[in-house]
Amino acid sequence: MEVRVQNIRKEFSRFPALNDVSLDIRSGELIALLGPSGSGKTTLLRLIAGLESPTDGTVYFGNEDASRKTVQQRNIGFVFQHYALFRHMTVLDNVSFGLTIRPASRRPAKAEIRKRALELLDLVQLTGLEKRYPAQLSGGQRQRVALARAMAVEPNVLLLDEPFGALDAQVRKELRRWLREIHDRTGHTTVFVTHDQDEALELADRVVVMSKGKIEQIGTPDEIYDTPNSPFVFGFIGQSNILPVKVENGQLVLDGQPIGVSAQGEKDGPAQLYFRPHDIELLDGASGISGTVTVTRRVAGTRHVELDVSAAKSKVEIELPPEKVTSDHSRLSFRPTRWKLFRETA
Amino acid sequence: MAHDAISSRTGNTETVRIATSESRLARYGLIGVALCFVALFLVLPLAAVFTEAMRNGPGEFATVLADPETFAAIKLTLLVAVIAVPLNLVFGIAAAWAIAKFEFKGKAFLTTLIDLPFSVSPVISGLVFVLLFGSHSLLGPWLQSHGIQILFAVPGIVLATVFVTFPFVARELIPLMQEQGTSDEEAALSLGASGWQTFWYVTLPNIKWGLLYGVLLCNARAMGEFGAVSVVSGHIRGLTNTMPLQVEILYNEYNFVAAFAVATLLALLALVTLVLKSVLEMKYSEQIAASRRH
Repeated sequence: MEVRVQNIRKEFSRFPALNDVSLDIRSGELIALLGPSGSGKTTLLRLIAGLESPTDGTVYFGNEDASRKTVQQRNIGFVFQHYALFRHMTVLDNVSFGLTIRPASRRPAKAEIRKRALELLDLVQLTGLEKRYPAQLSGGQRQRVALARAMAVEPNVLLLDEPFGALDAQVRKELRRWLREIHDRTGHTTVFVTHDQDEALELADRVVVMSKGKIEQIGTPDEIYDTPNSPFVFGFIGQSNILPVKVENGQLVLDGQPIGVSAQGEKDGPAQLYFRPHDIELLDGASGISGTVTVTRRVAGTRHVELDVSAAKSKVEIELPPEKVTSDHSRLSFRPTRWKLFRETA
Repeated sequence: MAHDAISSRTGNTETVRIATSESRLARYGLIGVALCFVALFLVLPLAAVFTEAMRNGPGEFATVLADPETFAAIKLTLLVAVIAVPLNLVFGIAAAWAIAKFEFKGKAFLTTLIDLPFSVSPVISGLVFVLLFGSHSLLGPWLQSHGIQILFAVPGIVLATVFVTFPFVARELIPLMQEQGTSDEEAALSLGASGWQTFWYVTLPNIKWGLLYGVLLCNARAMGEFGAVSVVSGHIRGLTNTMPLQVEILYNEYNFVAAFAVATLLALLALVTLVLKSVLEMKYSEQIAASRRH
């Protein structure tokens, strides 16, 4: 189901957690809320769920105003970071819970509930574990039970709060791929919260980058990575370098020296140059940005080189192919091939 | 297990010692001190009570317990416990639920208030009720004119007992519920459960072992309370004497066998409570462990 969040504001004892946030979630979409802790992403998720109520603004499920509805009436599926499985119930009872507590008029027959729960356990690949208790499962298995439990009520929207946050790296990766598969098979509209950019970029159809209670950017993973629209997004997603430059007659100038990058159409004046370590090309001679190598590290298939750019009194990191061997204190010149300018005042 | 490892090592060479173990002298010394302490202050007095009660044989023991006044005291004690414990069970759960699961103004104050019966001398707890309901109090004349007897009667004893035993259940539950957090409840609500269903199917099973322990302690204290009850009871023989008060009266009358016989019953109650708790803990150790961790 389509979910629309309109001009939501949320204050916790006068401290604003969300400030005028609007977001359209398309039906069947897998969307990630990404941001550092304190950015308001979990608050937004809980507002959609109805576990918190907004100070101002509206949440629509389809064309219906869901803001006045209770969490029970919204019919959502919520998955918690620490699973929140009912520890005194078996896996099967956990998954059936949402159906068994329904009033008799809407409750499927016992055999039907059992059948559906078993089907879901099959979907999350836990067949055979239905008689276990949560304490007898691994973290990854518990989170899969939690997902099956949330899906059992056929929710309008599936909301996941840092679903892999408590798991170790290996299991995280596995579950990530698996969640994508489940999503593609079931087609539930899904919103998940994460502070892990790899998770968001790898998994989601669209990523919502949040900071300090506001949405910074909404876009596909490619858009977010390739064309960040604010210094925050540029700095938060992936690696980035920042150099203070000046724009003079459509040319970028660092400490009085043009660096061989043209910026046609940009106004003259000081600016911050943002570029990624791998979006560069090496130059011969003294043109471009030059610096002294301070540290080199080999990380898997790339060589990371830290340069001391004396003209800017700052350090930058660039990535080179591993064949390119650099010695400490040698000088290198380079030029960013893909970059973005941000002004102080903007 | 740890013990075996330590002793087998020190048995071979005294110099190789696990960093966290002490010398043999220190270990046995400390264990000895602890055992002496337990024997002197717990086992010995308990044994004394039992031997004193049985001094003239089991026949005499049975006769003194069959005494009408003593029998009335036993009945009254049970009655008080039957009223006070369920009340505090409900109050305790409600208070713990409110404090552990919700944020509100005055929460710290409420928490302190719950501890009040623990920090105040039971005699003062009793006096509070005398001041409240006594004939010279504000409520006294009104109660008298309506023929309601609270002091020196069963209602007063129940009130004093409820007051004194109020913290047991709540104190046991608050840390447990705080540790468990609210996400289980939120999960149940998100799955469509009503507030009552959430409490009944999720919250209550999560706290049942803590609750049971709290109730056992509450019950033991309700039956054993002396100070507060002594102030409000009026010591009317066969009417307002509970077991602890009866023990005192019999003792003061130099009726030692009877006094110790009733004391034995009270002590047995404590033992039964503890045994019951241990048995339950052993039987359900897995479930208890599961309810503590995630």
